Amino acid sequence: MFSLIQKRRYFFLLSGIVIVLGLITMVYSLLTIGSLFRLSNDFVGGSIYDLRFTEDGATEESIRGVFTQVGDENVIIQPIAEPEERRWSVRGSFLDSQTSEQIIDLLDQQATLDRDSLRIDQVSATVGQEVARAAFVAVLFAAAVVTGFIVFAFRQVPNAFRYGACAIFAMIHDVLVVSGVMSLAGLILRWEVDALFLTALLTIIGFSIQDTIVLFDRIRENIPKHLGEPYETIINRSILETIHRSLATQLNAFFIMIAILLFGGESIKQFIAILFIGLVTGTYSSIFIAVPLLVAWEKGEIPLLRRFAPVAEAA
Amino acid sequence: MQRYMTWLILIVVLTAFAVWVCLPSTTGIHIDNDNDGTEEFSLNVTQSLGLDLVGGLRVLLQAELPPGSFTLEDLQQTANNVARRVNALGVTEPTVQIQGSDRILVELPGIKDRAVAVSTIQQTALLEFVNMGGLRSQVQQLEGQQILTTEQLRIFSSRDIAGTPPGQVSPLTGQPFETVMTGAGLQSAAALTQVGDWFIQFEIAQDSQELFSAFTGASIGEPMGIVLDGVLLSAPTIQARLDTGGVIEGQFSEQEAKQLAVQLRSGALPIPLRVESAESVGATLGQESVNLSIRAGVIGVIVVLMFMAIYYRVPGIAAALALLVFIVLNFAVFKLVPITLTLPGITGFLISIGTAVDGNILIFERIKEELRSGSGLDDALEAGFERAWQSIRDSNLSTIILCVILFFFGLTPGAGIVSGFAVTLALGLVINLFTALIVTRTFLVVLVALLRRPLSQRAWLLGV
Repeated sequence: MFSLIQKRRYFFLLSGIVIVLGLITMVYSLLTIGSLFRLSNDFVGGSIYDLRFTEDGATEESIRGVFTQVGDENVIIQPIAEPEERRWSVRGSFLDSQTSEQIIDLLDQQATLDRDSLRIDQVSATVGQEVARAAFVAVLFAAAVVTGFIVFAFRQVPNAFRYGACAIFAMIHDVLVVSGVMSLAGLILRWEVDALFLTALLTIIGFSIQDTIVLFDRIRENIPKHLGEPYETIINRSILETIHRSLATQLNAFFIMIAILLFGGESIKQFIAILFIGLVTGTYSSIFIAVPLLVAWEKGEIPLLRRFAPVAEAA
Repeated sequence: MQRYMTWLILIVVLTAFAVWVCLPSTTGIHIDNDNDGTEEFSLNVTQSLGLDLVGGLRVLLQAELPPGSFTLEDLQQTANNVARRVNALGVTEPTVQIQGSDRILVELPGIKDRAVAVSTIQQTALLEFVNMGGLRSQVQQLEGQQILTTEQLRIFSSRDIAGTPPGQVSPLTGQPFETVMTGAGLQSAAALTQVGDWFIQFEIAQDSQELFSAFTGASIGEPMGIVLDGVLLSAPTIQARLDTGGVIEGQFSEQEAKQLAVQLRSGALPIPLRVESAESVGATLGQESVNLSIRAGVIGVIVVLMFMAIYYRVPGIAAALALLVFIVLNFAVFKLVPITLTLPGITGFLISIGTAVDGNILIFERIKEELRSGSGLDDALEAGFERAWQSIRDSNLSTIILCVILFFFGLTPGAGIVSGFAVTLALGLVINLFTALIVTRTFLVVLVALLRRPLSQRAWLLGV
């Protein structure tokens, strides 16, 4: 039987490298742009204009000129989709509605704007701060609730704490990996962390826990069935037994997400991409992190926890 | 078997009802037995779409007065004033809501002219005392109507807009009504009661007393119009010369008196509103998002259905059918509750389809294991559903809990889109508990009963 568990050190190493790279990216991001991620106007305030011109004539320079004219100097201008669609996204500061209306009129003079395809999203700094605060509370609360849930779900298993801790560790692993990816995407692709990113993150946590629970459920069921077998064999068996389910489920989620990525609207793609990465990470971490960690703990390989091991074996 | 036939009938009936609800032509149930125009039973069923899908404007307004200088009642009146003006814009389903203690959220689906809408919303209330001399019985007909006054004309022309504001002119002269004093001249207004009669007591500010006193002195016995944002609220008859203030009597109920007092105050102390956040979406953009989402959803679902049928064979077909039931039930609930669909909301629903099949997969993998370990067909089915239940329950529950947290996070102004996702995803997971455990099971048991012979001879039909 192919043993995933024996290779656990490689998996830990791989995840460790990815997470450390992510942390380095976040520190680099903090030093260069002042925050761990590129934050959207949801959290820091500001305006986003999604423009679509019906004729040629608008360039990055000419759009920048319009914003400078009304006093908004530091705008970020990016083309969306293909150049022939003449779509642009402009990120500027929070302005009153008269000024932003003036901007639209000035842009319209450069090249006719499709006003029915216009999206303007303006958030004041105050509201941004409130959203950021609420987001922070939501994350803390989610962490607390998920921890409580896992402890509850495994209350009847010997060493419930151990299962819970491994599931939570896998969850933290996923959050760190996705955060690192997001930070990198912020630096390279100018992806911004918005309210939807937080939504994706919490959903990822949900799915990651879901995967881990299914796997742990199987382990808990297999232990009494195969008494006398080494722990590693039981765990290995459990992984192989559930891997079909994990893969089939992942495939179906991928079908839906790939369909949205390929055929869905532009504005939701970043959200789906993050969800997609998170889902892969979540499945990976259940099989290659949470479970091997359980084994490592059982065998007393984690130096800090070694002194707990004899107690656990007695249970 | 009997039990499953009952379930099958229930599922068919439920699905048929859900399909009927989902039909675009279904607008609800309206029963009017005796044809008297009032309906004995009425249930509205329409799918409401969020601003990001139909286009429109969402504005969060902040009261620009120090906290404590106005009451929640004053804010409510300001919101009512906004709602009235918004209705005058001709928006189909506007929403005006108070948020917290000092904010008002306005949603105007389908509005095109963003600039006009924002300035209309931001207008502070205009309260006027209008000379309606000479109009006796006609005054009653004008109550609640939009009337045109000299002050409105003055404001209108100062804004440099072409045309004239709407409103009825005086039937006597054919000219706009004469504004005597605006709300700026009003010091205070309060609803009071004395031996059961409700009346409103008001005081005039110092610098307007002379003007008001002269007017009331000259118009004893004539009506004076109280006009808020162009609408004639009330037209009491002047009984005496009023120097520093007076009372308005008129057989008011408690509610009417309090309402009029608050309306007067909102004109005397208008709460200026500052835009805290605004989102406007073009209608085409919204329609495009709908079309793209539908396309992505249909393609995704077809691939999932095909995968299930190919990979799991007969059970897969049962799951595919159950998935269709799942989709129809979801849409029916969206329409019945009703849940306003947004782009993140549709995405949440699509993601829930992915997890909906997860339940089935867990069960089928179990069944396969049981079959491989030598169980008979019926025992394997039974065991598969029983054993997978705990995993399905626990794993769905964790995501549902996170959806609840997301929903509350989404209640923060500015993070509203999050709620739409949380609601549809959670709903999908809950409905999935029903479809995965009952609908799939029923379909599978019935299919197995129908195909017993081929199934027992060809294990591959069960995906083994």
